[in-house]
Amino acid sequence: MANKDIHCIVNGKERVFSVDVRSSLSDMLRGKAGLDSIKHGCDVGECGACTVLIDGRPFNSCIYMAIWAEGKTILTLEGLSDTKGAISDIQQAFIDEGAVQCGFCTPGFIMASIPIIEKDSPSSREEIRRQISGNLCRCTGYEHIVDAIEKTQKKRIEQKKG
Amino acid sequence: MDIIGTSLKRVDAFDKVTGKAKYTDDLVSAHALIAKVLHSTIANGWVKEFDLSEAWKVKGVVDIVTCFDVPDIQFPTAGHPWSTDPKHQDIADRKLLNARVRCYADDIAAVIAEDAIAAEEAVRKIKVTYEEYAPILTVEDAMKEGAVAIHEERPNNIVVKSTYEIGKFDEAIQEEGLIKVVGDYETPVVSHCHIESANSFAYMENDKIVVVSSTQIPHIVRRICSQAFGVGFGKIRIIKPYIGGGFGNKQDALTEPLNAFLTTRVGGRPVKLAYTREETFASTRTRHAMQFHIESYIRKDGSFAARTIKAYSNQGGYASHAHALVANAVNAFRMMYPVGAIKSEAYTVYTNLPTAGAMRAYGIPQIGFALEAHVDDIARQTGLDPIMLRKQNMMKLGYVDPITTITCHSTGLEECIDRGEKYLDYSRKRLAYASQSGPIRKGVGMAIFCYKTGVYPISLETSACRMILNQDGSLQMQIGATEIGQGADTVFAMMAAQTIGVTVDKVHVVSKQDTDVTPYDTGAYASRQTYVSGMAVKKTAESFRKKILDFAGFMLKKDPWDLDIKDNNIVHTNKDEKLLSVADVAIESCYSLTNSTHIAAEESHHCTDNTYAFGVCFTEVEVDIPMCQVKVLDIINVHDSGKIINMQTARGQVHGGMSMGLGYGLYEHLKFDPKTGQMLNDNLLDYKLMTAIDTPELHADFVQTNDPTGPYGNKSLGEPPTIPVAPAIRNAVLNATGVAINAAPLHPQRMFEAFTGAGLIK
Repeated sequence: MANKDIHCIVNGKERVFSVDVRSSLSDMLRGKAGLDSIKHGCDVGECGACTVLIDGRPFNSCIYMAIWAEGKTILTLEGLSDTKGAISDIQQAFIDEGAVQCGFCTPGFIMASIPIIEKDSPSSREEIRRQISGNLCRCTGYEHIVDAIEKTQKKRIEQKKG
Repeated sequence: MDIIGTSLKRVDAFDKVTGKAKYTDDLVSAHALIAKVLHSTIANGWVKEFDLSEAWKVKGVVDIVTCFDVPDIQFPTAGHPWSTDPKHQDIADRKLLNARVRCYADDIAAVIAEDAIAAEEAVRKIKVTYEEYAPILTVEDAMKEGAVAIHEERPNNIVVKSTYEIGKFDEAIQEEGLIKVVGDYETPVVSHCHIESANSFAYMENDKIVVVSSTQIPHIVRRICSQAFGVGFGKIRIIKPYIGGGFGNKQDALTEPLNAFLTTRVGGRPVKLAYTREETFASTRTRHAMQFHIESYIRKDGSFAARTIKAYSNQGGYASHAHALVANAVNAFRMMYPVGAIKSEAYTVYTNLPTAGAMRAYGIPQIGFALEAHVDDIARQTGLDPIMLRKQNMMKLGYVDPITTITCHSTGLEECIDRGEKYLDYSRKRLAYASQSGPIRKGVGMAIFCYKTGVYPISLETSACRMILNQDGSLQMQIGATEIGQGADTVFAMMAAQTIGVTVDKVHVVSKQDTDVTPYDTGAYASRQTYVSGMAVKKTAESFRKKILDFAGFMLKKDPWDLDIKDNNIVHTNKDEKLLSVADVAIESCYSLTNSTHIAAEESHHCTDNTYAFGVCFTEVEVDIPMCQVKVLDIINVHDSGKIINMQTARGQVHGGMSMGLGYGLYEHLKFDPKTGQMLNDNLLDYKLMTAIDTPELHADFVQTNDPTGPYGNKSLGEPPTIPVAPAIRNAVLNATGVAINAAPLHPQRMFEAFTGAGLIK
């Protein structure tokens, strides 16, 4: 099968990947870029463990064709830490609130929560729950995950108010 | 400082929020060969013949192995400690691949190829000729006279039948004035739905077969691989990295034995065998569906005079954990309310459903649903108060189970009930909601449970731990017990730090198990690890601490008995003044020119006790009768799991268990085509897993008893939170509508039928 060069920005860096045109974005990022925070839980867009941001929006990378990533800006969990390894507020909140158990869904949840924590006005817990409903977790009952997102959003809004 | 009881952040959380935590599929060589299994498209019959000609033509195929090529050895897969008594050994009823097809999607052949696409294509091109029998999907059909034997060793399809009788049932029911309450209850087949599917990779190195696998039980899987094709234990090495959940499914040998065999077929090249989500649903394990018939004889004062139960457990095609689950269920029937005469008859029956195995709380969510529904049925029929009935008849402190001898060493159940009752204002609401009319009604319900801690005395309980002192005064801790998401590594680190006298940052837990180097432990199941493995950690820490103090005594020329370790320092007993640091001792012990010794400790713990954890769920629901919908308005679990080691991770366990219980009560059930036995909803869209928006706010509370047998006063916690939720919901719907729905889950179709039958929907 034919290969194609895909040009995109991944975690702030311009990259070119030669990929089998049948590949998913998750296969490209795991296989060619070693970004194995991206997890495969279903391979058909049901579980959300492979969630990445594409131009700022969360997508299931397992059902996003690699060739569609041409010209796109992609952010994965690895891109949230700074170059010295310091982690972001939402990652810290997942630690502090006990939102992590087996950890397999965690990267997807953190990526799915980014558009929520970037909002200018606070979301209700119900709204947070709705917005993370594309991501499945069997360990936590979601309670501490909602806590982590809610607290981070609140903190950011307060910071913006200065 | 007391570390036990704090909310220490998980020791693995940083790696898990940064993507550094490696799971099996993150460790596979990019050059690994890919294996795919051909699953049967019939549920019952024989593979007569394969036509592999087209499959072999697929470019990239390296090998094709069929059920006619595997060793003629039957082996067991259950993640039980091995019994050296042949009578108690797990049932060896499958081969690596099977010509006798016992369930739809049974494993009948495998392809090894250079890449996944070639492997999948070749699997599709294998042509199979079957001799097919009608699928047997229910216990009733399997037990019918003349039913086809699914395994020739058990011609009547009954895997095991067991009975017990406490007191004299037939005499007890003769008592004057007893009220008889009868009920039939059933629970569904459900799936574990760990987000990481079953997967492994295998290769050969140093003349050993190495299997890296997502498993809860690495040491047991080594034994099973060894048994599956007759290779010595020492020739098999199992490595368990981080795993993405297990919930009991991975307390079974899944892909490992076949994969261990496949690598030997290709000269030890790495072979990856990763099940898809659909394969994980259909071809691993499920939770047993059970049916219960209960008859109770109640005195006017509410005391239970006699009870009897008949239980049927649908095993599916292979024995796996077999009768252990329904036996656990009927034991809990006795233990929860150990009064009056009690009689039990339980069957585990082969059918052509997918194989059922262990799943969180091991038969107890099933009996919990039936028993706690039944107690509310008793309350309704006798007009007695559901809480009073339970308090009057439930297990009390000092109870010694007449069959297992498991003793109630501590109980906070009464306080759990009181706290839940008060939180929900249950008693007042129950009366207020009892006579509503209109389409939308509210109801409250509750349910209690007891749960053992580990598997003693039914099975062996043994565990080991090793600690090695580093030159900076920190230590490596290796435990055979496994981290599967429940927070085991974190609580073990806390236990070690507290007992040695160092801060928890000095304890480096080696999370990965490698059977070549990791001390023995049977693994993560039965909510056993904080209790059984925790004692191994404590014993090792005590021994390790003594060795540090012995060396400190040598350095200080003091009697070690006068010394203590506090906050990483050597001090005089009962004083805080620092004499040396543990790091000073570590450096000197390592590099001393006169007395070099490498301080390490290893201890094992053979646990010969058990203890009961308890708990309760209280919930308030709103039932939309015309829409046949239940909305959970409020829900709380209150647990007595003894002393809580880590409050935050304990809450996390309770929340996760409650979520699974909500799914069990309201949504989750696997459906099968009655004509073929094929699973109809083998994916995460059609199988309704709880999402965040389906989940109400979950409340968790603890009544902390101090169990005298637990290493730190602790008892089981991992599995129990799942148990009481579904029956509490069912009882709340009963309170709201007056309709007793005796089968889980309470999905709209079932409620429609029940409400129509009761005349609530016309």
